[in-house]
Amino acid sequence: MHLYERMLFIRTFEELVASEYPKGNMKTPTHLGIGQEAVAVGVLSERSPNDVIFSHHRCHNHYLAAGGSPSALFAELLGRKDGCSGGRGGSVHLVDRKVNFLGTSPILTQAVSFATGAAFKFNMFNEKRVAIAFFGDAAFEEGTMWESFNFAALYKLPVLFVCENNRYSTESSLEKRMPKDVTFIEKAKSFGLSANKVNGNDIMEVAKAARIAFDDILRGNGPHLLECETYRFREHVGPAFDFELNRTYRSESEIRISMTKCPLKITESILTEVYNASAEELESILLQTKSVVSESFSIAQKSDFPSKDDWFKHLYSENEVNLV
Amino acid sequence: MRLTLSELTYAEAISEATCLLMERDPNVVLLGIGLDYSSGVFGTTSKAHELFGSYRVMDTPAMENALTGIAIGGATVGLRPILVHARNDFMFLALDQMLNVLSKWNYMFSGQAGNLPVVIRAIIGRGWGQGATHSQSIQSLLAHFPGLRVVMPSTPADAKGMLIAAATGNDPVVILEHRGLFSVKGEVPSGFTPSNLSSGKIMREGSDVTVIATSICVQESLIVAEELQKLDISAEVLDLRTIQPIDRKLIIKSVSKTQRALVFDTSWTNFGVGAEVGAIIAETKGINLKSPLIRIGQSGVPAPVSKPLEDAHYPSLSNVVRMIQDMVNGTDSYSTEIRSITEDFKGPY
Repeated sequence: MHLYERMLFIRTFEELVASEYPKGNMKTPTHLGIGQEAVAVGVLSERSPNDVIFSHHRCHNHYLAAGGSPSALFAELLGRKDGCSGGRGGSVHLVDRKVNFLGTSPILTQAVSFATGAAFKFNMFNEKRVAIAFFGDAAFEEGTMWESFNFAALYKLPVLFVCENNRYSTESSLEKRMPKDVTFIEKAKSFGLSANKVNGNDIMEVAKAARIAFDDILRGNGPHLLECETYRFREHVGPAFDFELNRTYRSESEIRISMTKCPLKITESILTEVYNASAEELESILLQTKSVVSESFSIAQKSDFPSKDDWFKHLYSENEVNLV
Repeated sequence: MRLTLSELTYAEAISEATCLLMERDPNVVLLGIGLDYSSGVFGTTSKAHELFGSYRVMDTPAMENALTGIAIGGATVGLRPILVHARNDFMFLALDQMLNVLSKWNYMFSGQAGNLPVVIRAIIGRGWGQGATHSQSIQSLLAHFPGLRVVMPSTPADAKGMLIAAATGNDPVVILEHRGLFSVKGEVPSGFTPSNLSSGKIMREGSDVTVIATSICVQESLIVAEELQKLDISAEVLDLRTIQPIDRKLIIKSVSKTQRALVFDTSWTNFGVGAEVGAIIAETKGINLKSPLIRIGQSGVPAPVSKPLEDAHYPSLSNVVRMIQDMVNGTDSYSTEIRSITEDFKGPY
């Protein structure tokens, strides 16, 4: 149930962003994670607080599932100084060190290399911690992925690579980008990683696979790739649906069919059919969630914009070593 | 406090700094290709490898881009990595991480994501047929991106001091070291002695012309200045030391005094360090140059291999003397052949 609530929280948050976005107060390209919630929640529900997380441009789900402050995220989208990045990063540069969400980068595979680096440090100092990287299917096309995989496997680093495979890279389908019989799993295994694929919309399947991976990594058996098959409901960047904007790279029927396999819907069925949750219960949870999300948004809206006088701060760190 | 000084080569100075840093802080780790070979990157990592082993002085696979990302990720959780590139030309593969992440991390997260104390040592090659892809010098390109510190030590003391300062500071720093300087000797203070990373330095005072130089060109400028002295021309030699941030104040102070400027840099002149110095001079009220700015560097082509072409590609020091002679006196009678420091370099690497 708590997994469902976490997913619902993220879904409600993102849908509020989608509805507010056209008002023009969130001036930052935003890549919504609607439809992919089970991956973030499933994986991060199994992590230890000391595990660290890096992500890419579609990072709201991971930030929130990690425990990142929702009002700080709203404020960041609104460009306010209480934003998690002081209003300077926008939707794609999020951080919340308090929950070990150490930074996101929209440049593909950078997060993969960062996680490999954090794991390298953990390994060096014998720390029982795992580094987690979230990325999409297109990341496999970049060379740095394979440099990172090779290094991680060579040194048996404690890193969990999580791919949200939604089969589209902006508007290019996977068939246009990878040969038909090649799979990410086999590629990763050939580099020396353990690799598994799951239905990314089945939260229990994701959580179980994540648990197995974390345990294996902590036993010192080296890096894991977890490929989670999922689907992005809305457009690549922005709040609309592709069919609303006459994009044809994927059909409206494909999108609508995939929305019936929504991770929330799947979990709701299980909750009602197997755990006898009532419709009223779910309705009450929904209302409560909406209220908490709205409250976070209100807090964010009250935050000021950063002062223009501060525009030069943080170019360099404040501590400078001085002349002898 | 009286410092003791020892005479060390540039390479020995880097080695000494490295060992001091690694002894003092277990988070300091060296990453790069060939760091644990017997040659130890021209002698700069051998001692450290002997003392600290292959896990802290690590020979990595050839993976410049991800390796820089690994240094970044490690830095977010407390590591203090020093990346080493045997040639800065190989570092081009890492530019995505350097320009998109290192230079911007602190700023774009408003400091909320912490600092990235990543140091990158990269070596500039020259001569002995190293050719187009082993003799580039990337300071201008890097300096153009706000947030990345770029320094070029010209003396053994600075080779040690700037590495110590960079590795104990909290900012990402790129240190460009010139291969031709590695066997140059100089006085180096003992102990844990950082130098500053924000100012240039007057290496030789003069009144007729300011020679603004970087890296090995500083040493070459000092040779040129000696020759000019014999011609009664007094040249002030300014070692920029840091390209980003560049020491505007010192440039302006010196050129205001001499009213003649020549920039001697390791890279091509177009869009180079000299262009920035020229802009600084042109932007400043009250500097009226007696003679147009001269920029000296590699000729406007990729570095050729064949010796006569290579010799024509790099500035001849006698030519530099003549150019300054012409700037000051309107004559160019100087005719002695001056041997470049880099002539001593025996390849292949």
